[in-house]
Amino acid sequence: MANMDTTALEPQLPSSYDVTVFEEETRWVKVSGAIRRNVLLFAGSLLILAIVLFAVAGSLIIDEKRTEVGFAHAERETADGSIKEVVAPRLKPSGEFWFGTDQFARDIFAYVAYGTLGTLWMGLIAGIIGIGIGTLLGFIGGYFGGWLDAVIVVLSDALITIPGLMLLITISAYLDQLTVEQLGILIGVISWMGTTRVVRAQVLTLKNRAYVEVSKFNGQGDMEIVVSELIPNLAPFIAAAFVGAVAGAILLSIGLSALGLGPQNEPSLGLMAFWFIRFGAVPQGMWWWFGPPIVVIAIFIVGLFMITAGLDQIANPRLRTSV
Amino acid sequence: MTVDYVLRRLGMFVLIIFVAGTLNFAIPRLRPTNPVEERMNQLLQQAGGVHIANVKEMIASYEERFGLNNPLWRQYLNYWIALAKLDFGQSIAYFPADVTREVMRSMPWTLGLVGVTTVMAAVIGSFFGAWLGWTRTPIAVSFVVPLLLIVTAVPFYLLGLLMLWVFTVFWPVLPGGGAHDPLIAPAFDLTTIIDIVQHAILPGAAIILSSVGFWGLGMRGMMVTTMGDDFIKLAEFKGLKERRIFLRYAVRNALLPQVTGLAINIGFVVSGSVLVEVLFAYPGIGNLLYTAITSNDYFLIQGVLMYVIFAVGLMLFIVDLIYPLIDPRIRYRSA
Repeated sequence: MANMDTTALEPQLPSSYDVTVFEEETRWVKVSGAIRRNVLLFAGSLLILAIVLFAVAGSLIIDEKRTEVGFAHAERETADGSIKEVVAPRLKPSGEFWFGTDQFARDIFAYVAYGTLGTLWMGLIAGIIGIGIGTLLGFIGGYFGGWLDAVIVVLSDALITIPGLMLLITISAYLDQLTVEQLGILIGVISWMGTTRVVRAQVLTLKNRAYVEVSKFNGQGDMEIVVSELIPNLAPFIAAAFVGAVAGAILLSIGLSALGLGPQNEPSLGLMAFWFIRFGAVPQGMWWWFGPPIVVIAIFIVGLFMITAGLDQIANPRLRTSV
Repeated sequence: MTVDYVLRRLGMFVLIIFVAGTLNFAIPRLRPTNPVEERMNQLLQQAGGVHIANVKEMIASYEERFGLNNPLWRQYLNYWIALAKLDFGQSIAYFPADVTREVMRSMPWTLGLVGVTTVMAAVIGSFFGAWLGWTRTPIAVSFVVPLLLIVTAVPFYLLGLLMLWVFTVFWPVLPGGGAHDPLIAPAFDLTTIIDIVQHAILPGAAIILSSVGFWGLGMRGMMVTTMGDDFIKLAEFKGLKERRIFLRYAVRNALLPQVTGLAINIGFVVSGSVLVEVLFAYPGIGNLLYTAITSNDYFLIQGVLMYVIFAVGLMLFIVDLIYPLIDPRIRYRSA
């Protein structure tokens, strides 16, 4: 209310005055009400936004050279008393290097920013592909039924039990270097099953509702019904599945990369995990090396979880009163 | 529980093995060149003197087993025949060690660590979640739930890494790696057991901490739904004691889907424990897989993966069989 445009309160024309205030007020009430009713969705979105901003702005502003091996230099006194510029690995956080430098004298702050961007990009690709395949198969199975549905159900039931990380390890052990994009595609292709289940179950309950029957009697085709009747009703479910898919993909990619099987040439949080595990950041007590990526991952995943929970509340009203 | 139901579940189990086995067969062959042959040629070039005989023997045994000159269907058939005999060939890195024997040597450590921690996490998490769903105090909802979300959000191995730092570097009270002290001769006595438990605390705590949230949040959700059901209202109106309503009415019913949760969680825990084991140098399946990957030991990789998938599939099958026994409401014929 404090930020409300006060010019609207000035009495010019009685009629417009009433209407403006009324509209402004209801809109504000609506927005604040929606936020209050869905704190989780709102707070989760804020967390994600913060991480995305950090990654995008960071990688735009910071020179990419800072993420290269041997970037950091510092002045040191040599044995003969002269001051020389030497490569400076394992520096603690300072004004020049906000998160310090790692074993290879890379600027950790810069690396985390670029790495977060790489990981987000990978998760986005995986999420879109997974959700695309999953929604399509879910619709086909749920709407048309028959043997096609049976095949989809059995296949997704079987695949969902095979741990994704195991499948990824098998595939990538035989592949040459993966790029971030290829890994995204790969993860998307193997993680559509959850979405298929959710979408299929919803389509099954929706397709016999009265309004779908009405559309059929009105002579609408299958495609039209799917687009105009089913998709709008499924949107919150698909959105929640998408968020879950992105979170799952990011965790998978980090696990794979931490084993040294992910993309090796582009910065990512997973590759960073590989470095700090392999080169003993923990025994060396370099908390500034392993701390920042863990914090970024935690914030991001918590944010995605909160969004999923918020979307669930929209899709499933019974949960609404409980949180 | 009908025969039909058991058969269908068994069919599912067989299908999982079939899909996984076929993927395991197909993936290496998707490459234009054969990675195993490449690797062996590489070994042949590196090896000199004594080793060269080993490598030649390895190649001979490999060709005999897989006969890459055979047509594809023949290779596929041979592959399944070998699998049926639990014959995964010999490890490349530890030639002539048998893959199955290597796996069996690591399996007990993983089963012990993952099994015990999963059960503990399920029990602690479920009752914690039940309490959260029951009290609905603002403190519980606004502080404990986000806390659970955070520990669940951080992957096992990263949580483990943080704990490793806290308890071995910052405040060194626990051993930082391995499953037992190599200086203590293994025997079935108190020192050995204490030593093994001490080594399992950190990796175990990492697994428990990050899965307690999963169980707790799931249970809380189910409790909330159950509490809205009419039979709870009826129990309240009948004037039953709170304790009884909580345990016999709410928890008893909310607990059932947690059993399915166990099924979903198994694959997740197994994957996560691979990384935990690597981090803590715990000599289980995960570490074996890691060494296999770093030394391009393809047979060992295949063997470990098939055993893991077999184990996960088997556990799912068992859970599927237990479920109708504990949930009388379910009629499987219609499912």
